[in-house]
Amino acid sequence: MLATSDATVRYGDTTAVDHVSLDLDSGQVLAVLGPSGCGKSTLLRAVAGLEPLTAGSISWDGADLAGTPTHKRGFALMFQDGQLFTHLSVARNVAYALRLRRVPSAQVVARVAELLELVGLSGYAERLPGTLSGGERQRVALARALAVEPRLLLLDEPLTALDATLRERLAGDLRSILQAAGTTALLVTHDHEEAFALADRLAVMRAGRVVQSGAIDEVWREPVDEDTALFLGYARVLRDEAATRVLAAAGLGSSYAVALRRSALVLDPAGPVRGVVESARVTPEQVRLVVAGDGIGAVDAVAPLGSRVAPGDEVTLRVDVTRLAVLPIVGQA
Amino acid sequence: MRRIAGLLLLAAGPVLVLGVLFVLPVAGMVSEGFVADGRFAPGAVLDVLARPRVHRVAWFTVWTSGVATLVAVGLGVPAAFVLHRLAVPGRTVVRAALLVPFVLPTVVVGVAFRQLLGEGGPLGFLGLDGTPVAIVCGLVFFNVAVVIRTVGVAWESLDPRPGQAAAALGASPRQVLRTVTLPALRPAIVGAASIVFLFCATAFGIVLTLGGVRYSSVETEIYLLTTTIFDLRAAAALSVLQIVVVVGLLAVAARLRATPDPTALRAVTPVRTVRRGDLPALALTLLVLAAMLLPIATLVLGSLSVGDGWGLDNYRALTTAGDGQALLVPVTTALVTSLRTAVDATWMALLIGVSVSVIVTRRSHSAAERRVRSTLDGFFMLPLGVSAVTLGFGFLITLDQPPLDLRDSPLLVPMAQALVALPLVVRTLTPVLGGIDDRQRQAAASLGASAWRTLLTVDLPVVWKPMLAASGFAFAASLGEFGATSFLARDTSPTLPVVIFRLIGHPGEMNYGMALAASVVLAVATAVVMIAVERLRVPGVGAF
Repeated sequence: MLATSDATVRYGDTTAVDHVSLDLDSGQVLAVLGPSGCGKSTLLRAVAGLEPLTAGSISWDGADLAGTPTHKRGFALMFQDGQLFTHLSVARNVAYALRLRRVPSAQVVARVAELLELVGLSGYAERLPGTLSGGERQRVALARALAVEPRLLLLDEPLTALDATLRERLAGDLRSILQAAGTTALLVTHDHEEAFALADRLAVMRAGRVVQSGAIDEVWREPVDEDTALFLGYARVLRDEAATRVLAAAGLGSSYAVALRRSALVLDPAGPVRGVVESARVTPEQVRLVVAGDGIGAVDAVAPLGSRVAPGDEVTLRVDVTRLAVLPIVGQA
Repeated sequence: MRRIAGLLLLAAGPVLVLGVLFVLPVAGMVSEGFVADGRFAPGAVLDVLARPRVHRVAWFTVWTSGVATLVAVGLGVPAAFVLHRLAVPGRTVVRAALLVPFVLPTVVVGVAFRQLLGEGGPLGFLGLDGTPVAIVCGLVFFNVAVVIRTVGVAWESLDPRPGQAAAALGASPRQVLRTVTLPALRPAIVGAASIVFLFCATAFGIVLTLGGVRYSSVETEIYLLTTTIFDLRAAAALSVLQIVVVVGLLAVAARLRATPDPTALRAVTPVRTVRRGDLPALALTLLVLAAMLLPIATLVLGSLSVGDGWGLDNYRALTTAGDGQALLVPVTTALVTSLRTAVDATWMALLIGVSVSVIVTRRSHSAAERRVRSTLDGFFMLPLGVSAVTLGFGFLITLDQPPLDLRDSPLLVPMAQALVALPLVVRTLTPVLGGIDDRQRQAAASLGASAWRTLLTVDLPVVWKPMLAASGFAFAASLGEFGATSFLARDTSPTLPVVIFRLIGHPGEMNYGMALAASVVLAVATAVVMIAVERLRVPGVGAF
C-alpha cells in the first residue's frame, strides 16, 4: 500500500504540497480532488518520483521511496493527454514497457492484443497516435500503463481532455477495467464527477493541504467546510439565520451553515418554506427554480416537469434532508 | 487565383532583387563554363570533371566535411543538452560565447589556428599545421555552434512529459534518451548535420588559410582557378557541380527540418539541476568550451607579444600600412570601411529579409498557394549554400556593363554581403512570424483595424526584437564575410578580413603581428554584436 506522510514540496517561497498524509490500500482507487493550482498534480508527480520532496516521505508497503528513481518504482503514470510516443505505432506504444523488460516478442504480441481488446481497440495495433481521436488516445495510454501490471497506477485527470459524452462513456469503461484488473490507483482531478465515477475514496485538497479525506460517500455527505461543499457540487451555502430556518423546516437542529444541492428544496403545496419565484427554467428532467425564500434569500429549488410556475408566483417548498449537508464550521469564502 | 496573383506581385520586388544580384551573377559564372565561342558546349565541363585533380579536390571536400560534421554533431548534441536543459551557472554567457565562432570571420579563425598549431604555438608539437586534421578542426570550431543552437532550441522546447511517461513505465534515463528523446530530436539533429555539412563543404577562408595550395576544397579550387590559373571553364564546371550538390542538400535539409505547427505555443522547459549522470556530458561541454577558447586565447596572446616581451605595438601599427607597404591603406581605415559596409549590408538584408519572411509566412488558402510560398522560401534560402566565391566572381563578370554597371558602385560589396546574410535574417524571422496565430490578425481586423493597424498591433510587438537580433546577426556576418568580398573589394577600400588575409600573405614579422591584432579587433567587434543579440533572447537565432 501507498502511504505519504507529511509529504511537502516547495518551490522557493511557494509551498505546492503542504504536509500531505494519505494512505491508499491495495486494490482501491483514491481520488485527490481540488481546484487547479492546489498542488494535486505536484503530489502525483512526487509519488511518481518526478518531483523531489522537500520534507516528509512517500512509502510503499513500508519501504521509503526517497532513493528510488521513477523508473524503478513500478508505478505507471497516465498523463492528462495520454503522452503517447508519436513516433511509435499503437502496438509499439502499448508494448513499450514490455520491451524495456525484454519480454519475449511472442508474449509481447499476445499481451498487446489482450490489452487492446481490454480497452476496446482491437485492430488499432498498426495505427499511429496522430490518427486517433482523443478518447482512443486515452485508451491506448491506459493500455500502455496497464501492460506490466503496475503496482500503482497514477492518473492525472485522465478524462478531462475529453468531451462530455465521451467522458461519461470512458469513465464507466475505466472503472470496470480498473476493477477487473484489481488495480490500485491514485487519481487527481478537479472534476468531482470524474472523481465520483472512478474512485472509492476521496481526498479534497486546497492550497497544498488535504482538507478532508475518507470514503467517497462520507465526504460527499459531510463536507468539512463551505469551500469543500461548493467544490463537491453543492449549489449554495446558507449561513446563520437563513441556515437555521432551512434546518428547522427540515426538522434539524440549528448550525452555523448548511450546504444545499440544487434539488434540496422541492415545490410542495404543503411545504413549510414560503417564497417568491425569481426565475424558472425547464430542463429535460425537472423545472429548475430560483426562489427568494422568506428570511432565507435566493435559493435553488426544483419542481416536477409540467409544473406551472412563473417568475413572481408565490410558492411553498419542502426540504429534502438527503440533499443537504450540515456544515460544522464556516470556511473562509 | 487572385490570391496567388497578389502573392506573386508582393514577391516581385524581392525576387527581382535576388534575380539581379544572385541568379544573374551565378548564371553568368555558370555559362562561362557551358558556352564557348557563343555556342553551347557542355563537353568542356565534362572534360574538367574527369580531371584527376578535380576528383581529388571533390573527395577531399566530401571527406573533410563529413568528418567535421560527425565530430560537430558528436560534440554539439551533449553540449546542447547541458547548455539548454541543465541549470549550469553562467550558461547564457557560455551560449553567447559559443555562438561567436560561427560569425567569427573565417580568416580570423584561420589565423588563430595557425597561431595555435604552427611552429612555436602551444600545440605546435602535435605537428598538425598544414594537415587535413587542422582543417577539420577549424571546420568543427565554426560549426559546433550551429549544432548546439539548432539542437538546443529543439531540446529546450521538447515536451518533457513523454520522457516522464517513459520513466514511469520503467525506462532508465539512458533508455528514455534512446527511445524517446533522440527520436524526437532526430529532425533537429539531422537538419543541423545537413546544414553543417553544407557550411563545411562551402567553407572558404578557413580552408584557404589552413590548407594553402596543398589541400584544396571545391570552393578554394574555384578561387585558385579563377584568380591564379585563370581557367574560368574549370572554375565554372566546379561551380556547377557545387550548385547541384548544394541545392540537393538544401532540399534534403528543408525536408528534414523540424516543422512543428508554428502556431503551437512554444513552451520552454525549465532547466533542471545537475545530476551525477550528467557528468560525462558536462565534461564534454567543458572540453568544447576549452577547445573554443584555446585558439582565441592564442590569438590574443600572439597579438600582444612583441619580440621577446609584451606590448601593444601590433595594435599601434594598425594605423600604418604595414611593413614594406603591404597595404594601400592603414588597417584602421579598413575597419571603418568594414563597419560602413556592414551597416549598408544590414539594412539591405533586413529590407529584403523582412519582406521575404512576411511573404512566406502568411497563411496559404490553397495547395497551389502553399506550393508557391514554399518554392519562394526555398529560392530565398539558396544564397545560404551557394559558394560565396561563385557569387563574388559572378558579380564581377555580369554586373560590369550597362544597365547594370555596378563595378564602381560603393554598394557592390554591401549587396553581395547582404545576399550572404539574407538567409540568416529569413531564418530568424520566419519562425516568429509563422508563430503568430492568423486569428489574432482576423480578430484585429474584425474589431475594425486596417491592414496597417493590424500590422502595428499584432505583428510588430512580436517581431521587433527578432528583427533587432536578425540585424545584429546580419551585421556580424557581414563584418566577417570574406569569400565574396575578396573578389569585389577594391584595393583602395578593402574590408578588414581582406586586409588580414593580405597581411598574412606578406612576409615580415610586423605584418603577421598586425594580422593578429587586426583579427582580435574584428573578433571583438563581432563578439560584442553577438552578445548584444544574445541578450535579446530571441530563441531561434543561430538555429537552422
